[in-house]
Amino acid sequence: MSNFDLSEILGNPEYVAMLLLGIKMTFVVAIGSWTLAMTLALLLLGLRYAPGPVGNAFVTAYVSYHRNVPTLVQLLLWYFGIFTLMPDPVTFWLNDHNAEAIFAVIGLGLCQAAYFSEDLRSGMRAVSPGQMEAARALGHSYVSAMRFVMVPQGSRNALPALINHSVSLFKNSSLAVAIGVAELTYAVKEIENLSFRTFESYLLVTVLYLVFSLMIMALGAYVARRADPVRSGRA
Amino acid sequence: MISDIIAIIRDYWLLLLIGQYPNGPLGGLAATLLLSILAIAFAFPVSIALALARLSNSPFLNWPVTALVYFTRGVPLLMLILWGYFLVPLVTGANVPSFLTMLVTLVVYQGAFLSEVVRGGIVALGHGQMEASRALGHSYLGAMRYVILPQALYNVIPSIISVFVATIKDTTLGYVINVPDLTFAASQINNQLLTQPFQVFFILAAVYYVICWSLSRVAIVTERRITRKRAGTASQATAKSLKLAALTDQPS
Repeated sequence: MSNFDLSEILGNPEYVAMLLLGIKMTFVVAIGSWTLAMTLALLLLGLRYAPGPVGNAFVTAYVSYHRNVPTLVQLLLWYFGIFTLMPDPVTFWLNDHNAEAIFAVIGLGLCQAAYFSEDLRSGMRAVSPGQMEAARALGHSYVSAMRFVMVPQGSRNALPALINHSVSLFKNSSLAVAIGVAELTYAVKEIENLSFRTFESYLLVTVLYLVFSLMIMALGAYVARRADPVRSGRA
Repeated sequence: MISDIIAIIRDYWLLLLIGQYPNGPLGGLAATLLLSILAIAFAFPVSIALALARLSNSPFLNWPVTALVYFTRGVPLLMLILWGYFLVPLVTGANVPSFLTMLVTLVVYQGAFLSEVVRGGIVALGHGQMEASRALGHSYLGAMRYVILPQALYNVIPSIISVFVATIKDTTLGYVINVPDLTFAASQINNQLLTQPFQVFFILAAVYYVICWSLSRVAIVTERRITRKRAGTASQATAKSLKLAALTDQPS
């Protein structure tokens, strides 16, 4: 390490191209799984509130599985396990369309949906039931009371937890390297192998991850301020 | 399918349980649990020191620890493990087993996370406890040692159990540097069988599920007991509002 030299990596167009591809893939996986997770989380939340015990039991089981099994194991189960059980045409199609990335998005998205739906649910539970009763008394239907009264307040309550879990989703996108997705962590290992500049390449990618995470946190804080100027001013 | 799973468990239960232990390094479930327990045991004192440093007024103590907490919050654990894999042998100058590398990384990572938990517990107690013990003649450290920490640490026991569960789940990442843990054992079995990856990884997921689910239950039951106990001793309204205030400015 006596000759620390970042330009060995940043001056080499080949390594820079690998880094950029890695960043792109990290964002594809992170944004793809975030979208999937948020969509599923809203569906799960809907199921929680559905009448009858079946929906609730299903969501409880779903959340329990995804929170108690390590994310990496879930990814391995998807990529090495469930992938092989699929019918041949599906397997061929997936292999042609970057199966690793698709399974990373599915695995991470399904896993994070459990966390997001719990965040939303605790946010909703923090809204007092009187709000619902008042909205119904004022003539709102159940759905419209949900839409205009409950969900806006509940999602605002859930924002801090959602932001934290969005950051951890971004960080978890690095797990995709275990099933061979060519994202940022994969890129750094490649660059390290080719350049023998372990310290420099690790430092570069660590700083990149840190900057992106802090940007997500800052974005989250901005959204929280916009959504609720009064309360964030107080806190 | 189910018969396959039973057959795999029958053939490989010893490998899943202790790895190749008498003939090789301790592995399997035993290694996973040992790694998690050691990581938490070492991270605990570290986290108390970090929490006290972060609460102190001295910028020399406060700033580096705040930076460390944000660093561990913003960088994937996988990246820290790669750092450990590179730095630990460099610092010690010896050929270190990957188990030890993983342990060091987990202590740093979970130490930073636990320090936030401990800090939350201390802040949630409120100023009154500290002021009262200082007024009674305790020094700052004496008050921490005999008044603040015993209460704060007792109140955060459920969170410590949650961090322990998270640690068990995090040990799986040792997979990338070939730590011989449960996940490693499962992938070894998968490499031998080749034809039944779903069954093998299903068993793996089931084992983790049973362990982490039971521990989460323990955390929930403990939390209920502690809440009941506190409701008897402390005025609940102030305790509750202080706890919320402490939790909102705490990362993760």
